Amino acid sequence: MIPSAFEYHRPGDLSSAIGLLTEYGDEARVIAGGHSLIPMMKLRMADIGHLVDLQDVAELRGISVTAGSISIGAMVTQYDMLSHDGLAGDAPILREAALQIADPQVRYVGTVGGNVANGDPGNDMPGLMQCLDATFTVAGPDGSRDIAAREFYHSAYMTERADDEILTKITFATPSGGYAYEKQKRKIGDYATAAAAVLITKADGKVATASVAMTNLKDTPVWSAKAGAALIGSDCGKDSVAAAVAAMLNDIDPGADNRGPVEFKRHVAGVILARAIQRAWSRA
Amino acid sequence: MAKKMHINLTVNGEAQEFLAEPRELLIHTLRERLGITGPHIGCETSHCGACTVDLNGKSVKACTVFVAQANGAEITTIEGLGSPDALHVLQRSFREHHGLQCGYCTPGMITRAHRLLQENPSPTEEEVRFGIAGNLCRCTGYQNIVKAILAAASELNAKEAAE
Repeated sequence: MIPSAFEYHRPGDLSSAIGLLTEYGDEARVIAGGHSLIPMMKLRMADIGHLVDLQDVAELRGISVTAGSISIGAMVTQYDMLSHDGLAGDAPILREAALQIADPQVRYVGTVGGNVANGDPGNDMPGLMQCLDATFTVAGPDGSRDIAAREFYHSAYMTERADDEILTKITFATPSGGYAYEKQKRKIGDYATAAAAVLITKADGKVATASVAMTNLKDTPVWSAKAGAALIGSDCGKDSVAAAVAAMLNDIDPGADNRGPVEFKRHVAGVILARAIQRAWSRA
Repeated sequence: MAKKMHINLTVNGEAQEFLAEPRELLIHTLRERLGITGPHIGCETSHCGACTVDLNGKSVKACTVFVAQANGAEITTIEGLGSPDALHVLQRSFREHHGLQCGYCTPGMITRAHRLLQENPSPTEEEVRFGIAGNLCRCTGYQNIVKAILAAASELNAKEAAE
């Protein structure tokens, strides 16, 4: 499996990388960890004239954990996130999700930026970023702009990012309360049959705030505002969990594939979300 | 055909310099260009881990890295860990604990286990299983591979304590 020929570029800074995208237009594509793109190139489902490798672009690296806010460079790998002490303490949901992505070899090279920007409905970080209400920063020839994660995904592989823009970082408010990222997959390295990201805060024994997002159950990640609303004010008992699951099922639209028929996926989505809510509540 | 690039690699401590098309996959560079045939091609789709090598201190699947991306990197393969006359502790441990049958996955498995023990010298059984989850073996059922890695970890730790 040999991909078609391409020219390779390894720019040393962000403006050079953007310059290459501007110069080569449709023929150019950035590469981060490459574990989505290279298999597509080997299958010749992606034909790229100019490959722009971002590995030397220092502006895209680094994790910043400050009071109230966390910022992660697009080229930060899953492995970098898992080895970062500050992140483990301040955003444990990221660690819980990253550990369920692919396998050790892929986590060494797979980046958070590639995971969110590729627009693959199977990727886990987009759903998590819906849950966290993250902001994505993209930079292009006309400067940089911020896009809400919840506005970023249009359909499978189609996002708000323009072709000549590069995702530079992800920012979100430090989450508080209980958390869970629950994922059902057939085997290590598989995408989710269904996955749920849940954040819950507690006040006076009741749910004060709740955010619920689902992965691989539609052509975009799903943030279910109604599922979260169904939990607020409740004691997270059986009835309110069932109400949240019912609300979530109205928001997803899974397709049949080799992970199962639609009915099965809806069933698994309900089981996974109930588990995620219960675990998040137990930690709230 | 795209123009060739000047590539520099350090493989098992030896400097390598050559011209290659950027699309050449690292596994082909190692096996066909440099004759380093320890890393195997199993699935060629980044699932099986038979092609695992150590690249700048990280375990990677060499079937999913272009040689252009690896330009400037330091690479260690199974050949860099031990030799038939001087087996690495992990290689000896795999032999003693019957951690292989057909042997096809073994170079990738040991190269991965080596990096795992660099990062976590005293892993639990669960940590070993999680740490080698990117390497598939169709023969052993993993039991003896896990035993071999745990035994190698103990031996390496005992050796270090004695020094």
